[in-house]
Amino acid sequence: MLPLELDRLSFSVGSTPIIEDISVRIEAGPRTIILGPNGAGKSVLMRLCHGLLQPTAGRIVWHGLRNGDPRRHQAMVFQRPVMLRRSALANVVYGLALAGKSRRASELRAMDVLEVVGLAQHAGRPARVLSGGEQQRLALARAWALGPDVLFLDEPTANLDPASTQDIENIIQAIHASGTKIIMTTHNLGQARRLGDEVLFINKGLLMEQAPIERFFREPASAEAGAFIKGELPWH
Amino acid sequence: MALIRGLFLGLALLGLAQAPAVAQQKFITVASTTSTEQSGLFKHMLPVFEKKTGIQVRVVAQGTGQALDMGRRGDADVVFVHDKVAEEKFVADGFGVQRFEVMYNDFVLVGPKADPAKIAGTKDIVAGYQKIAAAKAPFASRGDKSGTHAAELRLWRVAGIDPQTGKGGWYRETGSGMGPTLNTASSMNAYAFTDRGTWLSFKNRGDLVIVVEGDQQLFNQYGIMLVNPARHTHVKKEMGQTFVDWVVSAEGQKAIADYKIGADQLFFPNAKR
Amino acid sequence: MTSLWEAFAAAWALIAGFDATLAQIVGLSLQVSLSAVLIATCFGLPLGAAIAVERFAGRQALIVLLNALMGLPPVVVGLLVYLLLSRAGPLGSLGILFTPTAMVIAQTLLIVPIIAALSRQTLEDAWREYDEQLRSLGARRLNAAMTLIWDTRFSLLTILLAGFGRAAAEVGAVMIVGGNIDGVTRVMTTTIALETSKGDLPLALGLGIVLIGLVLLLNTAAALLRELAQRRYG
Repeated sequence: MLPLELDRLSFSVGSTPIIEDISVRIEAGPRTIILGPNGAGKSVLMRLCHGLLQPTAGRIVWHGLRNGDPRRHQAMVFQRPVMLRRSALANVVYGLALAGKSRRASELRAMDVLEVVGLAQHAGRPARVLSGGEQQRLALARAWALGPDVLFLDEPTANLDPASTQDIENIIQAIHASGTKIIMTTHNLGQARRLGDEVLFINKGLLMEQAPIERFFREPASAEAGAFIKGELPWH
Repeated sequence: MALIRGLFLGLALLGLAQAPAVAQQKFITVASTTSTEQSGLFKHMLPVFEKKTGIQVRVVAQGTGQALDMGRRGDADVVFVHDKVAEEKFVADGFGVQRFEVMYNDFVLVGPKADPAKIAGTKDIVAGYQKIAAAKAPFASRGDKSGTHAAELRLWRVAGIDPQTGKGGWYRETGSGMGPTLNTASSMNAYAFTDRGTWLSFKNRGDLVIVVEGDQQLFNQYGIMLVNPARHTHVKKEMGQTFVDWVVSAEGQKAIADYKIGADQLFFPNAKR
Repeated sequence: MTSLWEAFAAAWALIAGFDATLAQIVGLSLQVSLSAVLIATCFGLPLGAAIAVERFAGRQALIVLLNALMGLPPVVVGLLVYLLLSRAGPLGSLGILFTPTAMVIAQTLLIVPIIAALSRQTLEDAWREYDEQLRSLGARRLNAAMTLIWDTRFSLLTILLAGFGRAAAEVGAVMIVGGNIDGVTRVMTTTIALETSKGDLPLALGLGIVLIGLVLLLNTAAALLRELAQRRYG
């Protein structure tokens, strides 16, 4: 359903602008990393794209959408995944059932993805008693099971230890390799380098630049991006 | 789904709740007074009737005023109360078919052993009332328009005293049944006007004893009447009449006379059949 | 002090010599109040869930109203149901005044606001946590509401118990619509009221202790269940 085009997109709460007049085109293929300081509007931008928030101005256009509800072709993993009070397997089946899959097909598919994320042996355990890292892997499995064209990831490793972060990154690579477009936000510049192909740099609700990852880190277009890369964080 | 299942379960349970009512289809509802119920008379006499006829008698015990009101609304088949004037009006207004006299008991005046009005052992209830008012000794009244309350007020009128002048002072209206009123009198050592039956079965007496009894004017007549089926078509005419007839029959009258607490007979049958 | 001891002795005697009359009264109390809780849940829970997940005009006013109705005096509800079910009233032809059914109806009315208002609060708190995740997975309102109910089931159980406690403990409504008829509509609370008015305070208090014991037992069972579930499901 890609490419995704944002056309003069704005979002404000009351009179406070959060996203201001962003126009950009995101193509199928490359992994897109949305970078920016705290409060820049990264998460809000992602929620707008995913349809969880309605823009106050501008349009979101999925150029490749052939039919129906764009939500059916995308999935999202949140910084803090919400685990339903049921087994790990049932958490994955839940999303598939909502997508209209039969019970039998859902369970087969769910077991497959749990296997891939390394949770097959925990399939029957209540999701809420899993560790933080396991819960995030389960959230990825739940999203991936839906077979989305686009997967949004909002700071998926922000609360995790290095080992768990490594697991999550491997899974994200696998999802990318399977042909799903990755769009994610992160604070972690190392992670951005490891996982990203292109960067959208956001500051104070404005899109500062869209660039291939190499070029962004080598020669950032704005002074703010340069400072952000150096970790000077002048906005704090 | 769970919701629908829950709803059905709920409805099924509602049906279950009704089960006792369905299982016992032969029953009549009798509106009566706390004095007959709480004295234990019904527990004694109703099984005799139920055994003979197979008709279950469901008694809703309230003050006479409320019981008559239940009859007026058509919520009872038979009314069995003790306020002759109100009962005759009930029949005259077309709510009851015919009033039969059933039995009498008597009222007594109870009061604290200390007896501040100095009336213990006297027989003259009117003189007793006058002394209580003069001494401004605490008096607990039901104040609930019941048969007992009506009798109490009638005697105040005979004594030429308006107890309302003592309201909030020595004259206290509890606005509740005989039992709660006796509880109140017991806790504040007040005089109280009660039927003997309730008094004899009352347990929380504290310092209260009978101070005045035996006066002709303390006579308390009970009457029974079928609620008029012409006014309320659903009234169980046959079964209700069967009960009325039985109560005034020799057998019913004997069941009443037989009821005793200890050695005391509580109710004296006097049906005029 | 002595009457308190007498009350405990009476309570013990009641339990130890569990006679048929008491069993029947306790059974009817449970049957009426549990039925009321079940039916009230069928109305109150969907209502609470709808208010929790929907946004509509007058929502805030409805919440305030429900919260206020939680304090509805039982006597008022009893009187209302009495006037409805009385032969002279609009539903008089049903002939269900002075039956357990009438008592179930009165108690149901009494606790629907409790279950609706408290479940609304619980479900709305959960909704705040689940909202984005469920919408992201494509859940519609009804789906979301069902999921919230299932996921908060142990908290909701506590709410149902609160409703049961209120129903089992009230006397004003069942006295009026049931009539406290011996063997038909006599429940624990009306028996307590009756024994009180007979001046048999120890027996009344003894019955009260039995009632509290019953409610305590139910709550303990629910607390254990909840504790177990918390450990099991997180």
